[in-house]
Amino acid sequence: MVHFTAEEKATITGLWAKVNVEEAGGEALGRLLIVYPWTQRFFDSFGNLYSESAIMGNPKVKAHGRKVLNSFGDAIKHMDDLKGTFADLSELHCDKLHVDPENFRLLGNVLVVVLARRFGGEFTPELQASFQKVVTGVANALAHRYH
Amino acid sequence: MVLAPADRAAVLALWRKLGTNVGIYTTEALERIFVAFPSSKTYFLHLNLSPGSAQVRAHGQKVAEALSLAMNHLDDLPHTLSALRELHTHKLRVDPVFFKLLCHCLLVTLARHYPGDFSPNMHASLVKFLSHVISALAPSSGQIGSVVAEGSFV
Repeated sequence: MVHFTAEEKATITGLWAKVNVEEAGGEALGRLLIVYPWTQRFFDSFGNLYSESAIMGNPKVKAHGRKVLNSFGDAIKHMDDLKGTFADLSELHCDKLHVDPENFRLLGNVLVVVLARRFGGEFTPELQASFQKVVTGVANALAHRYH
Repeated sequence: MVLAPADRAAVLALWRKLGTNVGIYTTEALERIFVAFPSSKTYFLHLNLSPGSAQVRAHGQKVAEALSLAMNHLDDLPHTLSALRELHTHKLRVDPVFFKLLCHCLLVTLARHYPGDFSPNMHASLVKFLSHVISALAPSSGQIGSVVAEGSFV
């Protein structure tokens, strides 16, 4: 289980308060679909995913990205109980959607890259380290149903 | 052909823009991996790893030179990187996961310093380029049966 110090929780929460969930979510999901194209197979109903501009401008990608990032926001509010927080989503992604857990780690790392791009110098190695713990914890919680 | 023309052009253009500063960013990638993935320090116990260390900077410069070399020999990566592959695989016995994490930290570094250039397509081109470098440097990383739990690396 991932453990967060009080200081880590404070810095994570502090940065998250400044995240534009709508824009960052759309960017993270869009980048996942572009950089790791097999992930597009889960979003057949989203319409045009044929180019970078099509994906990044797709309103369904943006809407779903916001949903995904709101879940990360939930994780940040419940850092001590990620498995409980993600129990239903784990069931959905594992039992119903059959997503290989490796993809959760890929999205987590894409999110870290998006945060680095948006926050620049503020995204220090220490802050990155804290967020790596968050995304790892979320990926593990989402994969929990596989065990 | 190892990398499609569009990907090559994108990565080469970025590298030209970074110019002589590539070493600064590979050094920052090393600094990031030591903080975010502390077990990676195991390969560098002989170095002073404190922030700003000249030894880390020197290693960062070596990584930069290897990446620039790779960029100029995209059609001949396995041969170009054979000495480095030998060194990292048999002498240093580096876990291939380490290279993936270092590449991730390099992407984080480039995204942080070049937010405007780091478009999704550039991101994808860089991932493809770095994947080819890793394949040439650590061929066993593609081995069937090696399931890596990256969460446990921390």
